[in-house]
Amino acid sequence: MQSFSYLLARTPQEAAALAAATPGAKFIAGGTNLLDLMKLEIETPSVLIDINGLDLDTITSTPEGGLRIGALVLNTDLAANPTVRSDYAVLSRALLAGASGQLRNMATTAGNLLQRTRCPYFYDTNMACNKRSAGSGCSAQDGVSRQLAVVGASPACIATHPSDMAVAMQLLDAEIHTVLQDGSERVIPIEDFYTDPAANPGIETVLQPGELITAVHLPAPLGGRHYYQKVRDRASYAFALVSVALVLDGKGGGRVALGGVAHKPWRSREADALLPSGAGAVMSRLLAGAQPTHENEFKILLAERTLAGLLSASAE
Amino acid sequence: MNSEDSIKPSRRDVMVVGAASSALLVNACQSATPTTYAEEGPPVVNETTSTVTLEVNGTPHRLTIDNRVTLLDALREHLRLTGTKKGCDHGQCGACTVIVNGRRINSCLSLAVMHAGDEIKTVEGFGTPDAPGPMQAAFIREDAYQCGYCTPGQICAAIGVLEEIRAGVPSHVTPSLTGPVEASPEEIRERMSGNICRCGAYSNILSAIQSVSGAV
Ligand SMILES: Cc1cc2nc3c(=O)[nH]c(=O)nc-3n(C[C@H](O)[C@H](O)[C@H](O)COP(=O)(O)OP(=O)(O)OC[C@H]3O[C@@H](n4cnc5c(N)ncnc54)[C@H](O)[C@@H]3O)c2cc1C
Ligand code: SF4
Ligand code: FES
Ligand code: FES
Repeated sequence: MQSFSYLLARTPQEAAALAAATPGAKFIAGGTNLLDLMKLEIETPSVLIDINGLDLDTITSTPEGGLRIGALVLNTDLAANPTVRSDYAVLSRALLAGASGQLRNMATTAGNLLQRTRCPYFYDTNMACNKRSAGSGCSAQDGVSRQLAVVGASPACIATHPSDMAVAMQLLDAEIHTVLQDGSERVIPIEDFYTDPAANPGIETVLQPGELITAVHLPAPLGGRHYYQKVRDRASYAFALVSVALVLDGKGGGRVALGGVAHKPWRSREADALLPSGAGAVMSRLLAGAQPTHENEFKILLAERTLAGLLSASAE
Repeated sequence: MNSEDSIKPSRRDVMVVGAASSALLVNACQSATPTTYAEEGPPVVNETTSTVTLEVNGTPHRLTIDNRVTLLDALREHLRLTGTKKGCDHGQCGACTVIVNGRRINSCLSLAVMHAGDEIKTVEGFGTPDAPGPMQAAFIREDAYQCGYCTPGQICAAIGVLEEIRAGVPSHVTPSLTGPVEASPEEIRERMSGNICRCGAYSNILSAIQSVSGAV
């Protein structure tokens, strides 16, 4: 690990201004992703700004009837929150399907959204990887790609976003609230938050240098029945091959989002509208234009069958 | 017992270093209200060590350490509390599990400097060989280990698991998110999945935890 200075932030505005003004600065929240990557020198911040002292760890209701989730709310606490359990069950289920109890006790809401890919070549600093080192190439294209993206990718990068929580957040139309270096605030709908992997897949979100996430807002509850099904190589403590977040309104309609297939949670309103026609119709729309590799083409059928399984279980 | 004696000098060494050095960030790490920022302009940020007081098993230890030191390495290398083990060092095995402010965490993925003011408990804090705590005694009684390397992490995780169940925190296998949470074998298995045992002592680990949960 490279050495770094360590600072505790006092206010969100100050943290954002300092991070923007200090080259090589990074925020640290739970540290469960950042420290892992720092040990491998994939991340090499020269200054760590500890944001854990900021007052951003509460869940409150919004005037619109929704929920404001502070950026520092722990994954365990968000999953266990009574309102989330009863009104946003898909979010509880997604969180509880991720990582381990120990990690969820450290991982934060904002850190979870910003965790980086688990592509094996991103982690192996001996290998070419455009995300780690722009322009070096992508070892995954002809390599081990079983875990990687089937849709939305680019020739430069076929990494997936590994978060379970983000899939549920996307389904629920979450909005990300931030503060910028000049103290101004902005609201980013989660569907606009993650950027497509272009020539420099190292840029993953629309966040500007120093921009600090302060909260995630959920709109008023959707109602309906909530499901989160994660398919993985072992029953617990593994990243998704494919995951399906689903809310059904009881009248044949609803919403679907997929994890494990793209660089961001994958959802489209056109595909949602096809739910009454069944899993095949939804997936042919949602995964239209998919360009899987030889190793991960199984994900397309797996996604369809996972959704079909949930739909038939819901009919019982 | 010999090892107990041999660790004492190095513990004193650490204290001496701690007293001798005054880093920029002493105040920041000592109190909840940091004082590291200049009034105007960017702060001076070239200190790569910090002084922090870690409260471990009820005893405060003042340490001046490199910012890179993880909580795990601070416990093992600086405080010589070698009960807590390093397996993967990347959050994947659970060997480094300790309890911080009542919750189990992976000490390998946390910086020591981030734990000023926290209440840290390691396997040493739950009992001694002569007077083991309930979970430690259950692991011995149920023969819940072979080589024992994963055991301190398993014990701390298990203590955390029963606390989470008691507090009603649901898990991936909890049938209803709005119903009660019970210490069933399925629940314990799922909640213990962050602790890997290379020897495969899993079934006896489950028995040990169940025997304690029954007693609670
Ligand atoms: C073994 C293992 C298994 C895992 N399995 C899963 C899994 O199955 N599913 C899953 O979803 N996740 C999984 N995870 C990932 C885990 O969920 C993430 O590491 C965690 O959510 C990151 O949160 P954090 O608070 O620790 O982030 P940190 O590591 O502190 O930060 C991550 C990034 O976010 C930035 N950041 C943090 N907070 C803010 C903020 N407020 N504003 C702006 N930037 C910020 C940091 O600068 C950093 O770049 C696993 C992790 C491990 C180690
Ligand atoms: S898929 Fe992306 S992260 Fe993986 S090697 Fe290619 S560029 Fe790197
Ligand atoms: S050493 Fe921390 S989880 Fe393996
Ligand atoms: S007892 Fe040997 S690793 Fe668990």
